[in-house]
Amino acid sequence: MAEFRHKDIIALRDLTKEEIELLLSTAESMREINNRDIKKVPTLRGKTIINLFYEASTRTRTSFEIAGKRLSADTVNITTSSSSTTKGETLADTALNLLAMKPDIIVMRHSVSGSHYFLSGKMPGCSIINAGDGTHEHPSQGLLDMLTMKDRFGRLDGLKVAIVGDITHSRVARSNIQGLTKLGSQVFLAGPPTMMPPGAERLGNVTVCDTMKEAIQDADVVMMLRIQQERQGKTLMPNAREYSRYFGLNAQNLKLAKPDAMVMHPGPINRGVEMSSYVVDGPQSHILKQVENGVAVRMSMLYHVCGGELE
Amino acid sequence: MSLLIKGGRVIDPSQNIDDALDVLVENGCVKEIGKGLTAPAGADVIDAAGRIVTPGLIDMHVHLRDPGLEYKEDIISGTRAAALGGFTSIVCMPNTKPVIDNKAIAAYIINKAKQEGYCNVFPVGSITYGMSGDRLSEMGELRESGCVAVSDDGRPVANAELMRRALEYARGMGILVITHAEELSLVGEGVMNEGFTSTEIGLKGIPRIAEDIATARDVMLAEYTNSPIHIAHVSTSGSVDIIRLAKSRGVKVTCETAPHYFTLTDDAVRGYNTNAKMNPPLREADDVAAIKAGLKDGTIDCIATDHAPHHLDEKDVEFNVALNGIIGLETSLPLSLKLVEDGLLTLNQLVEKMSYNPSNIIGLKRGSLAVGSIADITLIDLAAQWTVAADALASKSKNSPFLGWKMKGAATGTILAGKVIHAGK
Repeated sequence: MAEFRHKDIIALRDLTKEEIELLLSTAESMREINNRDIKKVPTLRGKTIINLFYEASTRTRTSFEIAGKRLSADTVNITTSSSSTTKGETLADTALNLLAMKPDIIVMRHSVSGSHYFLSGKMPGCSIINAGDGTHEHPSQGLLDMLTMKDRFGRLDGLKVAIVGDITHSRVARSNIQGLTKLGSQVFLAGPPTMMPPGAERLGNVTVCDTMKEAIQDADVVMMLRIQQERQGKTLMPNAREYSRYFGLNAQNLKLAKPDAMVMHPGPINRGVEMSSYVVDGPQSHILKQVENGVAVRMSMLYHVCGGELE
Repeated sequence: MSLLIKGGRVIDPSQNIDDALDVLVENGCVKEIGKGLTAPAGADVIDAAGRIVTPGLIDMHVHLRDPGLEYKEDIISGTRAAALGGFTSIVCMPNTKPVIDNKAIAAYIINKAKQEGYCNVFPVGSITYGMSGDRLSEMGELRESGCVAVSDDGRPVANAELMRRALEYARGMGILVITHAEELSLVGEGVMNEGFTSTEIGLKGIPRIAEDIATARDVMLAEYTNSPIHIAHVSTSGSVDIIRLAKSRGVKVTCETAPHYFTLTDDAVRGYNTNAKMNPPLREADDVAAIKAGLKDGTIDCIATDHAPHHLDEKDVEFNVALNGIIGLETSLPLSLKLVEDGLLTLNQLVEKMSYNPSNIIGLKRGSLAVGSIADITLIDLAAQWTVAADALASKSKNSPFLGWKMKGAATGTILAGKVIHAGK
């Protein structure tokens, strides 16, 4: 069995295939705990976890909090709207103050790519887990997506995974590309060229497609990304209506994928924009399964950065 | 007061000299240059055997941060860093607080440099009043008060009509316009070069065309108005091509690049290194190759540092929050000497780009060892090896991507009008 020797989990780009496999297989065993009547084990008893969220999040923060609690850690949530720009305390000072309280793990979401590496440098002895940094990575989302695919197909090797949407601004896409490539899947990207970053094809085993049709043709997995009118609305696309027409997933174009293809979305969904409600609620949707797996994956991450020794 | 510099290898592009010669300095000027000169009675003698003797180096792009931002740098620390780096003259940009847009600020800088500085300082006034991009500054009075050029460096003049009029008006006043070529609408919230690296590490990119389009606009305006223009900190292959074409059309355009643009690529940003964050940003291997080609074929006239000191508190932060800019005065010479070692430039060509050309572009009447010239002289040991250490830097700020780098070549003597300011570490 591989060993997990990292203090932090900041990006799937930093992990090997074996380490990702270990995180996934531990998550599989954690899932059993979540189905018990008494959903709690003493694994992380006495450990303190701080969820430090500089960006709004419901799903991810709750999921990390539940994961920590089910492992018997003490979890504290800090939600702050002000990112450390000019006003208020700097991230470095926040880190030093939190460090003085001797936490074991900090789970952070931050709007600036790479801030977790900065935080980690300031906090020796404390593990840092990335719950999303800017447009860089969202490793727990990548892992839970991979676990959900593995559940469905029993493997990741050889899968054709289509990711459709704003690739440039998607940390979910980056983590999936890094993880899936390492585990042998093929990734096909589609989106308007305004949302496709330069050199995307060099990110891994990636094909950049000209049309959505090309990407989802015969796909095993179709993953749709969230479109935010406030972000992409100004210059990247005319409006949600036209986006939906060319890059939305509906019952009709879903037929291009394999008959048993699974449909995924990291949430929150804009129904009727990137996906029709028919698809969201349809038989091929695995969206709620993703959320369910999120707790198990995050338990696995917390467990492994703490040294990974079961009591 | 006389000074005899004996036995050095004299490099003087103004006279096309590369020879073992002695240089005799009297009353602050070059008195004689030749073989086997004898020291007059009472003269100081410097044995320059094994060293290079050149006209004092000139850096035409420095931010001294004084007045107003002295916690980053001031005229004393900045000129000391310059002297240690081999520079006898530096040209300082107007984005101080307040901006150099009037006689009083220009006079303050010139006087403080004369009284307390370690090298000559020539200020640049702003193109627009307060660098607001709004209306022309008093360029006539700025020139009279000692400013050698005008620039809104750090901020482009976005309005093309205003830039056109600035070029025309400055021509009339006999003062050079230095442009910071950047199309801000293409920069947006970008924080590094747009390319594969920005895609992989998830930082918002600044496309190269943001620089190319602005360079093209400004050389076209210079051509149309028949005015001279100098393009600051060229970083892209596109800009090099545009300037090369403009020169071939007879446009009065000159330009500079900085050592980091021919030494580093945007790979240096990996790890979210804020000391690799500057504007324009570090580009890619193709651009580095084009910058080198432009230096070799003469498209790029000067090497300037864009020395931009920032406090640790402004750099030891998340990448997007960190301010743009790096220091460069103390590392420019060895990084540029690498171009000679690699066979890209001759020593004569390098000294041309670091002394003679900048002197001519801004009209300093320096950059030469011809008899009668002001005796600003730099002595260089090509073989000196040293490591860049934050503690050893004279600059108040330590924001350099070259910390820990092993350097080859150092200024071991900086002489200002015949007076030794720096005599080796």
